[in-house]
Amino acid sequence: MTDPVHAHSVAPSVAAAPAAPAPAAPPAVDVRDLAVHFKVHRGLVSAQTVKAVDGVSFSIAAGETLGLAGESGSGKSTVARTLVRINRPTAGSVLLAGAETARLSGQQLRAYRRRMQMVYQDPYDSLDPKMTIKDAIGEGLIVRGVPRAGRKAEVEELLARVNLPVALAGRYPGQLSGGQRQRVSIARALAVSPEVIVCDEAVAALDVSIRAQVLNLLKDIQADAGVSYLFISHDLSTLRFMADRIAIMYVGRLVEYGTSEEVFSQPAHPYTQALMAAVPDIVNLGGPRPAPLPGEPPNPASPPSGCAFHPRCPLAVELCRTVAPPLVRKASGQLAACHVVPDAPEVTP
Amino acid sequence: MTAPPTGPLLGGELPEAALEPGTAAELAAVADEPGLGRRALTSLRRDPVALISVLAVVILALIAVFAPLLAPHNPLQAYPNGLSSDGAPVGPGSSFLLGTDPNGRDVLSRLIYGARVSLLVGVVATGLASAIGVLVGGIAGYAGGIVDTVLMRITDVVLSFPILLFCVALIAITGPSTRNVMLVIAFGYWTYLARIVRGLVLSLKEREFVVAARTLGVGHRAILRRHILPHLIPAIIVYSTLGIATSILIEASLSYLGIGVPLPQASWGQMISQGQEYFQTAPWLLIAPGVALILTVLAFNLAGDWLTDLLDPETSGDRR
Repeated sequence: MTDPVHAHSVAPSVAAAPAAPAPAAPPAVDVRDLAVHFKVHRGLVSAQTVKAVDGVSFSIAAGETLGLAGESGSGKSTVARTLVRINRPTAGSVLLAGAETARLSGQQLRAYRRRMQMVYQDPYDSLDPKMTIKDAIGEGLIVRGVPRAGRKAEVEELLARVNLPVALAGRYPGQLSGGQRQRVSIARALAVSPEVIVCDEAVAALDVSIRAQVLNLLKDIQADAGVSYLFISHDLSTLRFMADRIAIMYVGRLVEYGTSEEVFSQPAHPYTQALMAAVPDIVNLGGPRPAPLPGEPPNPASPPSGCAFHPRCPLAVELCRTVAPPLVRKASGQLAACHVVPDAPEVTP
Repeated sequence: MTAPPTGPLLGGELPEAALEPGTAAELAAVADEPGLGRRALTSLRRDPVALISVLAVVILALIAVFAPLLAPHNPLQAYPNGLSSDGAPVGPGSSFLLGTDPNGRDVLSRLIYGARVSLLVGVVATGLASAIGVLVGGIAGYAGGIVDTVLMRITDVVLSFPILLFCVALIAITGPSTRNVMLVIAFGYWTYLARIVRGLVLSLKEREFVVAARTLGVGHRAILRRHILPHLIPAIIVYSTLGIATSILIEASLSYLGIGVPLPQASWGQMISQGQEYFQTAPWLLIAPGVALILTVLAFNLAGDWLTDLLDPETSGDRR
């Protein structure tokens, strides 16, 4: 049924081509074969390469949200940090509104940074404790070149946009709650009018009640400003609420990629199925629980051969131990990287 | 698309919290946190040693500034009644409170003017050393790589000399003068702050708020000025206070060795040097500047310790 030769004839970039239905405008973000490798030094001489991200492709249409999920160590944060260029991509390309940005440096890189912003996980460390709220937000305005005279009004406007009282403008981050700080982070990102905002576990550190407020705020901002989000979370319910498309990552690669509808209604990859089964279900409390996923996520420094998931996979066959499956379209509609799950029937264009 | 999430996965809707951000209670709660000034006063009230040392530093500064008003005599003038009939210095008494030196000059006046020299050298040399240290350490820590390696190896070389010996050697080249003494001390002392600042910057630049500023598109110079330097200030203040004590000691040592502040200007080190010859017959010549030097250095060290506790460079301003 699954023919490895056929599977390999599909080049990864083709297989993972953006599934956006509207080909007229280029997607806001188009990531192709992104690889981020780190050299880890052991002792004086030996160095080892850790492939934190290895051949990841996805695209986000303007005004859309891509949800990226995976266990810790899957490389999802590295993807985020590479998009905002905290890390440098080892290979691959990152197209922003159709223009290549992966090799930018110097002044061009600084100009690029404005267009892609990030909201960080830790609301305590991502704001300078010695800087008032208005200065933190104002810093973005300085970057955007807003003249001094106009900054106060714009800061107040941004505070209002994230539903914070103007009275907070003179406060320090230490005097704010976690949810308030995360709103300030969002306002700071908005200050430079970005096209894309990367939210790396942006609500993970917040109380559940505050979390809903912040998620709704992010949605409102998207509706107003048309920004795209790359929304990273290990919490699938959050992603279901936020995302139009879902990408599931495992040890540096995408294992499943499709619309929220496809992935949540018919998860194709056994890893995705296991993640979904692990979400606590209030409606069916006390019902039969599926067996939890055995084992630990592998060390990205020495991933298993073949399909990285095979040691933990309930469906694994002999082929999985030797050959890494490509990301191809499956019968249920989305892309998935699995030898066992049936492919979509061949369509001749 | 934006409908509230339902279904078994989520198990119900996300609760819309009733709590408005920044409620009045929350805003009021934060106002009670005591400011730095208030914390300083509280800790001074609780710690008499700190209080005395800080007062001593303040008094010393006032003495140095108002020396011409406070000194009872001209420190440079040899008074005819300053020597006894057999030419020996006069002991402490009503006309000369702390006695006179072998030239018939008033010891108290020289002591007061000597405070000027000590403080001037201490403050200027330390200020200069701090400026160099912050610059070198900051650049090394922020730039990293080869710049860091080169700057820190230079720092290590300077650091490997005993500081006093280093200063003596430099003075031998440049010649003794008050200006040269300050420059030489600064050149020997900047390494300590450079190392401390480099370490702080190394950890600061990995902090998320610095990374966030970088991804916002803020330039390196603005990041150093707005996000790095404010976090260094407590450490700079603390080590500068201790540096003043060290500088005063080095100046006294150089003057004692006769290569510090040139004569006839009064300086504590040079007074001690002269006083030890007359220790048997005129002990006040040694005791007066010696006690002044000990008390000054002690006061600056203790005040520095108190500042360390108050500004604690590890946690200052970052208390969560």
